[in-house]
Amino acid sequence: MNRLFWIILSAVFAIFLWQALVLVTGAPSFILPTPFKVLQTLVASRELIAWHAAITITEVLVGLVIGSVLGALTALQLMIFPWLRRLVMPIMVFSQAVPVFALAPLLTLWFGYGIWSKVLMAVLIIYFPVASNFLDGLRNTHPGYLDLARTMRANPWQVLFRIRLPAALPNLGSGLKLASVYAPIGAIIGEWVGASNGLGYLMLLANGRAKIDLMFASLFVLAAFTVLLHLAVSWWANRLSERATGYSAG
Amino acid sequence: MSESVSLSGSLRVHDNTWLFRDISLSLHDEGWTCLLGPSGVGKTTVLRLLAGLETHGDFTGSIRTGSGSSMPECAYMAQQDLLFPWLNVLENVKLGARLRGEPVNADKAIEIISMVGLSNHSHKRPRELSGGMRQRVALARTLMEERDLVLLDEPFSALDARTRAEMQELAHELLQHRTVLLVTHDPGEAARLGDKIYILNEQGLEQVEAKKQAQIAPADGDETMRRQSFLLRQLRERVS
Repeated sequence: MNRLFWIILSAVFAIFLWQALVLVTGAPSFILPTPFKVLQTLVASRELIAWHAAITITEVLVGLVIGSVLGALTALQLMIFPWLRRLVMPIMVFSQAVPVFALAPLLTLWFGYGIWSKVLMAVLIIYFPVASNFLDGLRNTHPGYLDLARTMRANPWQVLFRIRLPAALPNLGSGLKLASVYAPIGAIIGEWVGASNGLGYLMLLANGRAKIDLMFASLFVLAAFTVLLHLAVSWWANRLSERATGYSAG
Repeated sequence: MSESVSLSGSLRVHDNTWLFRDISLSLHDEGWTCLLGPSGVGKTTVLRLLAGLETHGDFTGSIRTGSGSSMPECAYMAQQDLLFPWLNVLENVKLGARLRGEPVNADKAIEIISMVGLSNHSHKRPRELSGGMRQRVALARTLMEERDLVLLDEPFSALDARTRAEMQELAHELLQHRTVLLVTHDPGEAARLGDKIYILNEQGLEQVEAKKQAQIAPADGDETMRRQSFLLRQLRERVS
């Protein structure tokens, strides 16, 4: 309860600062609208914003699911085949040096203006953190567990699925938490580069027509969705981690 | 047919110094063999070699098992309980069969859990148990393996004095008729449990006592105390 109180207070404080900034600078509405003006626009354009938000949310969720599943499967494959790990890891690490955003125009060229170029952008951004976090967890199993398994003459598949995998769930959870924050960034970048709908497109459009209030309203919807998504994924990741360790993580 | 294992040889660690040289140790008789020594002389390494586990060093010599396989048929228990936090007590005890992909004898697991006095806790997760109870679960898991050869690597050393004494008694009772190797740095523990006692130190491995005892020696008995002081003296005198 106390925590909720501080969150609300902090929101009120932020709005107050914003309002004060507008008053002090005397910025016109088409440069920096007041919080109230943004709220008015949010209510007035709710159908327009909701329609575009639905597109973006679809892209983010589809990207999150595909990227997480691909990342987790990759980690398992790389764990099972050490030679594949040696072959692929340098490529994966090098690929992280390439700014993924620079690929956005290419993705639009290859996959068109629809949702798939954005989904792919989100997939590209979250794939590596999920795969590398999970792989770290799979590889860093407590050596005592492996000793025990060895004296028990465990079968290697059982070691992977009954020891390494459950012990790595907290790491998979950390990867997913990161992914939930990165996925919306990927989708928005994709929309900026080439789209005919989605919140990113709407923000660019509003910006171009000096409808800064609409831009802020869209931005808030996007931020609110990202926070909710992160909270939901964190909750689930913590449950996963609690299952694995018996302790609840933060 | 009961399993046995023997080791003779030397082990060099990475900076090219010998951790131990020309030692030989053989486990084949029923009863408790204690390997007593200060920290850092390679007691655990000896046990790991016997168990067929990896060690940080170059071993030259031979390790022979009665079954002729490269790893002896043994049950292993370490200082850390190594319970899986995501499994409850019963599932932890059944671990061995699960990891081998064999059918699990659930009745036997329940019976063993009652032998270590944890019947009321079989559906709890390890974090809900005290350190002593967790080590009982580890003992139950070790018993579940039904091996003649049992390798214990300081399993009681992290416990408080009372719990440790109780665990020693429980382990002695439940591991009757098995070939047990106990690695320990505690002369009192060796005095209570050892049928054969070896001291490992910088000079090598030497057998200091052999006295077959059917029962565990009482923790505070005069004979145990005498034996404990003798072992402590031996430990201290042998340092050059």
